[in-house]
Amino acid sequence: MKFAILVNEGPYTHQASDSAYHFTEALLRAGHEIVRVFFYHDGVNNGTRLSVPPQDDRNISERWSALAQQHDVELILCVAAAQRRGLLDDDEAKRAGKDSNNIAEGFQISGLGQLIDAGIQADRLIAFGD
Amino acid sequence: MASKKFLYINRRPPHGSIYAHESLEVVLIGAAFEQDVTLAFIDDGVYQLMQNQDTGGVGLKNFAPTFRALGDYDVNQIYVEQESLELRGLSKDDLIPLTYEDEDDDWAEKDSIHVVSSAELADIIEQQDVILNF
Repeated sequence: MKFAILVNEGPYTHQASDSAYHFTEALLRAGHEIVRVFFYHDGVNNGTRLSVPPQDDRNISERWSALAQQHDVELILCVAAAQRRGLLDDDEAKRAGKDSNNIAEGFQISGLGQLIDAGIQADRLIAFGD
Repeated sequence: MASKKFLYINRRPPHGSIYAHESLEVVLIGAAFEQDVTLAFIDDGVYQLMQNQDTGGVGLKNFAPTFRALGDYDVNQIYVEQESLELRGLSKDDLIPLTYEDEDDDWAEKDSIHVVSSAELADIIEQQDVILNF
């Protein structure tokens, strides 16, 4: 089955991102297809490469990056939500005159249309958050 | 590809968190995809449609006027749960009058907002393909 995943909450504060990760990993293990993982609201904070959690804790953004690399999963941060919250890729940083990007490996910034498109393409859109 | 039925459920008040504002952004972008779009307002979400909102005191953007544009985006199936209104001492008269021009009826101006019972809303939810819950 084709699944799309929506992550609406940031890392660590809220379990939504962990649950989304475990669910996505389980889907892949069961042989399902992931159309896209879309990060919205504070969920865009999952895409930072500047997070430094304690060593005995999970690294949420690195874990998503690894999943993207191993399984070719598309990780999309909503551009409007990301800009508000200071998540910038190289292009966005240059355009806004900022001194750095801070997007983790495997994440891309794109528009909300990618969420609607995911809903159209997937058999099931599963949202994680309150 | 045949269009899908998208339902956006708005459960939260307009201010106090960004969910309502960012939900409206999804609706506006989604309108360009020519899908069948329905909005539902339940619980404190009904406050999003209140008339005469003034956010000056809290210094937040008042996005309520944007709801008036929905008719032009062919977003005209807007359901407000009756029980949620009643619990808050509100009626349809307290809400922004949202309308659209019906191209199948000589562009007659019609109400987009329908107040429905919880049971009716359950039926509407049952008919959807994609539900986004904000």
